[in-house]
Amino acid sequence: MCGANKKSFWRNIPDQIIRLAVVTVLLVGGAGAIYILLPASLTSTKLHRELTVTAETEKPIRFAGSTLCGDCHQIEYEKKIVGYHKSLSCETCHGAAAAHVDDPMAATPFVPREREVCPVCHEYDPSRPTGFPQINPTIHNPLQSCANCHNPHDPVPPTTPQECSACHAGIMRTKSVSSHALIACTTCHKVPEQHKIFPRIVRATKPESRDFCGTCHSQGSSERSAPKIDLSRHEERYVCWQCHYPHLPAERL
Amino acid sequence: MKRRDLLKNLIVFLPVSRSFFSCAAQASGTAPIQGYDPDNHLYGMGIEVSKCIGCGKCIEACKTENNVPQEPFFCRTWVERYIVRNDKSVAVETVRTTQKETRAAPNEKDILRSFFVPKLCNQCEHPPCVQVCPVGATFQTRDGVVLVDSDRCIGCRYCIQACPFGARYLHPEKRTADKCTFCYHRVVKGLLPACVEVCPTQARIFGDLKSKASQLVRFQRMNNVHVLKPHLNTEPKVYYSDLDGVVT
Repeated sequence: MCGANKKSFWRNIPDQIIRLAVVTVLLVGGAGAIYILLPASLTSTKLHRELTVTAETEKPIRFAGSTLCGDCHQIEYEKKIVGYHKSLSCETCHGAAAAHVDDPMAATPFVPREREVCPVCHEYDPSRPTGFPQINPTIHNPLQSCANCHNPHDPVPPTTPQECSACHAGIMRTKSVSSHALIACTTCHKVPEQHKIFPRIVRATKPESRDFCGTCHSQGSSERSAPKIDLSRHEERYVCWQCHYPHLPAERL
Repeated sequence: MKRRDLLKNLIVFLPVSRSFFSCAAQASGTAPIQGYDPDNHLYGMGIEVSKCIGCGKCIEACKTENNVPQEPFFCRTWVERYIVRNDKSVAVETVRTTQKETRAAPNEKDILRSFFVPKLCNQCEHPPCVQVCPVGATFQTRDGVVLVDSDRCIGCRYCIQACPFGARYLHPEKRTADKCTFCYHRVVKGLLPACVEVCPTQARIFGDLKSKASQLVRFQRMNNVHVLKPHLNTEPKVYYSDLDGVVT
């Protein structure tokens, strides 16, 4: 009875009402679905901006910042902050090091040893500000690593060598055991001051004639301790250093 | 399940789930960094043109920090070499950072004056790029930085056209507009932007315009500062000192 009533109830609804109801249900359902499926940030500008800002702040950091390095690398850090490179961050030369700070063993920063690295800043370029230290890499001590003469953590211009032994250590050691040990290098070599700065461009002189050795070793010489020879008769077709090595004269070549 | 139950459950479920989702979104949306209030900051940058040596470390650092493609023409920041020749003609070229390419040193005899000018997004107070975005993907934060939501950006390039400084580019992988954010993820945590961090001559100065003690305000106090293209009235927040008149 009840069931039959129900059936007749549904049947009695006019067709137009059912269609209207279907359309209403679809509209309401569609609106509801959009309401749920669309993220809230699409409808709220404020929320969207906050979410974007949050996403932006969560991006990974690659450069750790210069203050952290000193915690472990004290010697280099303290040297650097008083030198000409004090305005440089460690990561300027060594590359991004946040991974190294997080786990020192996992990632090692780049250590620039090649000659190509320093000229990135210090190669002469007419657009660079006047007074910035610049060099011409093709003539500035070619093939040498920059760190051989300049400490990158305290890059003072290298001091000019006071002693010849700074560069000519082998000759100096040989000479020190020879009978010429007490003779200064400058007795035989004229050394221009510029030779200490541009050793390959401005060179020291060498004796050129037999007479130069003769100033000590000829028979008329006032130098009493030097062995004497007769310059006019002693192998007159040769210069002295073809047979005698002046830095170790006892040895005959 | 009966129809009645379904309808009843739906009536309950819809608003509840809605409020749940928006709560979750709200929770992650507010206060990105503990104790950081964007209203207390307004970021800007100062650039001392006479200190720039054109080494390109800033460009490399920016690319590393922000995942910018290594190709030379995708840049968030770049350095321009200006050459004023004896006949007063001006040549501008972008400094190349890769060492394989020969660094083109210009013919010295012909130069009247020459200098480097670092450039980046000016984070304008009235940004034209934000006005033209059709989907609202780019906007200005409360601390004065113009950001792009790469999820919403449709890559229409309208903002790239609108920027008078050429500061935006289309990211070749994401196919969305990308630009300098002043390293927003770093500055909110108290770090310097990557380009400022690595600049060997401190030609770049980053700071907070709302703090009188900041490096940037000091820079503005001690120098004659200019902005690029002031006639456009975009009010850039990148300030240049010793800027030559030929720079545009």
